[in-house]
Amino acid sequence: MLQAVALSCRRGERRLFADLNVRVERGTLLAVVGENGSGKTSLLRMFSSLLPPEQGAVLWEGQDIQQLKELYSAQLTYIGHLNGIKDDLTPVENVMSAMALAGEPCSRLAAQEALEAIGLKRLVHRLPSKVLSQGQKRRVTLARLWLSTRSLWLLDEPFTSLDTVATGVVTQRLHAHLQRGGQAVVVTHQEVALPAEIVQRLRLAG
Amino acid sequence: MSRSSMWEAVREVVRRDVLLAMRRRSDAAMSVFFLVIVVSLFPLGVGPEPAVLKTIAPGVLWVAALLACLLSLSRVFTADYVDGALEQMVLAPQPLALLVAGKVFAHWLISGLPIVLLSPLLGLQFGLEGEALGALVLSLLLGTPTLSMIGAIGAALVLGVRGSGLLVALLVLPLYVPVLIFGAGAVTSSMAGIGAEANLSLLGACLVLSLFLAPWATAAALRIALE
Repeated sequence: MLQAVALSCRRGERRLFADLNVRVERGTLLAVVGENGSGKTSLLRMFSSLLPPEQGAVLWEGQDIQQLKELYSAQLTYIGHLNGIKDDLTPVENVMSAMALAGEPCSRLAAQEALEAIGLKRLVHRLPSKVLSQGQKRRVTLARLWLSTRSLWLLDEPFTSLDTVATGVVTQRLHAHLQRGGQAVVVTHQEVALPAEIVQRLRLAG
Repeated sequence: MSRSSMWEAVREVVRRDVLLAMRRRSDAAMSVFFLVIVVSLFPLGVGPEPAVLKTIAPGVLWVAALLACLLSLSRVFTADYVDGALEQMVLAPQPLALLVAGKVFAHWLISGLPIVLLSPLLGLQFGLEGEALGALVLSLLLGTPTLSMIGAIGAALVLGVRGSGLLVALLVLPLYVPVLIFGAGAVTSSMAGIGAEANLSLLGACLVLSLFLAPWATAAALRIALE
């Protein structure tokens, strides 16, 4: 269970949110919505431990994530708004490299299957990633979700530049993750097409 | 986190950086060519007097190596910072300092090792021979990893700052002074017949010290850069 306790965030002079309390139970998804600049990404970065909270704390199973450090990272798959893929590597190399770095090494075959699952054809697998379109690059990044065994997923605008088919496929994958008892925090502008009883919406006023 | 997956991740960091450098050879070749050209300018400027060249050789070779190393520093973290790979590295379940050490090792393989391998040739250009040439190679072999280690701290500190190239030079060059003194000193003393051991031991000590301290300092700077 992920929990935010009296969390507040300030970027420069501006106070983005204060005294924020929220709980994400197993098997549920927290959809963070709000205008541009309302602090959605900052909240997600606090959840990921990249950004230390100004006040309050983020708790994982009741313990402060700033103290858990690498133990917490080992529960986590974080996909930010940056893709984190290398232009000079092929999609398969990118997926394998990202997984190895995350401590979950995978085989070439598994990486290919993950890329096919998200709709990247085999033809594309051997090209350097720099020739891919934005949507295809996003798919390479999201292919990690098919290999991740982590229980908490933090996704920042996962559906940006994805077409409707890919959005559907990723949503299905999210649903499967939640049904397995996983939990997720998703920052998004779009409606997440999941059953209402497992989705909790958090609107940041800005 | 098990020990094997920890080394797996460090190996992956090294492997990826070396692979990327291989795919983009011109970047890596640039600092080596810079070294060759700078070193070759001195005989043209100072004049081809063998005695003079021999005297200035240790200093010139070491300063050039230092500048070549500085030139490649901005590449260590900038690309990862821009494309988001750095976030993933910071969030990896392995100690960040260890991954940083992997990145610095890759940087040394790409830009330090070629300098070491090329140095006997450049030494010959200045009329160094025998023992002095050996001292030059050894001193660079011990010194260039230290330069990469210290440089990584500077590179991490200036991440995301505009005009960071010059800033990193201002930050890091003063810290390079001991390495320069001991490195050039090793070659000079071996030419004078005193033997290079004392200076080489000091270089070794610098390397060990930076090996222990630099990854932690760099990791802390990276965390701040990503906040």
